[in-house]
Amino acid sequence: MTVPSELAAGAVLPARTLPPQTRTDIVRYQGASGDFNPVHHDDDFARSGGMPGAFSVGMLQAGLLATYCTDLFGATAVRRFAVRFAEQVWPGDVLTCAGVVREVRDEAGARVAELDLAISRADGGVAVSGTATVRLED
Amino acid sequence: MTGHPAEARVGETLLSYEMPVERGKVREFALATGSADPAYQADDAVVPPTFLTASAFWEPTDGPSLVERLGVDLPRVLHGGQEYSFPGELPRVGDELAVDVTIESVTVKEGKRGGSMTFLVVLTTFRRGSHDGPVVAEGRSTVIERSAG
Repeated sequence: MTVPSELAAGAVLPARTLPPQTRTDIVRYQGASGDFNPVHHDDDFARSGGMPGAFSVGMLQAGLLATYCTDLFGATAVRRFAVRFAEQVWPGDVLTCAGVVREVRDEAGARVAELDLAISRADGGVAVSGTATVRLED
Repeated sequence: MTGHPAEARVGETLLSYEMPVERGKVREFALATGSADPAYQADDAVVPPTFLTASAFWEPTDGPSLVERLGVDLPRVLHGGQEYSFPGELPRVGDELAVDVTIESVTVKEGKRGGSMTFLVVLTTFRRGSHDGPVVAEGRSTVIERSAG
């Protein structure tokens, strides 16, 4: 997966579709992040709150979208990363990361791009939308 | 004025603690967010963009929780959004980060179907070395509380 060589406003980043999200993926993220809210792994607990069952952690989708950025632009490129949570993600969902370049500019001697990002469910809409500021390699 | 109890605490430091950036935790977090980038495996690895959410592990375990300090009612609360920004050199494995949590703003929006929603922006500032050190990251969490009833 590589960035288009002539990166300019309007450039579409290559989309990435992930394998179906498993409960193990969710539990692994909960362990890594320290968010042990049982609504994300305990069906009975989630149902007691009126949900159909356990659902994914919004910040996991944020992390997957961040990895999409660092895989495209490099681990040290992301200077700002922001997300808004929209739709729940459920075990088995197939998610696709996508992005568009909104602006490319020079800032303090470096080329910087502003990105509009989204991670979407195959059976639904946008789960998490986001924006990022990335520093481009020379 | 919103009348929300959090408004009186805007700008006040709610929590203050230290967070060492550990190699194993960075590797674990990178793998959990689908990254196989070797940059996250090194003994001086930089942190992934959303890694600092794991600062929750280092919150003090004595005294009231952050939710209690914010004065919000958890069953009515949603995490609306999250931002991380890095003004300088990224945090790396081996860094000792000094963490301070404040409420940046409290605003109320009237809902379309009656009721209202209170938006709290919770600012977490990460400084390298000490609480007087250079800011290496800021986290902004948008916490939304629906009105009761």
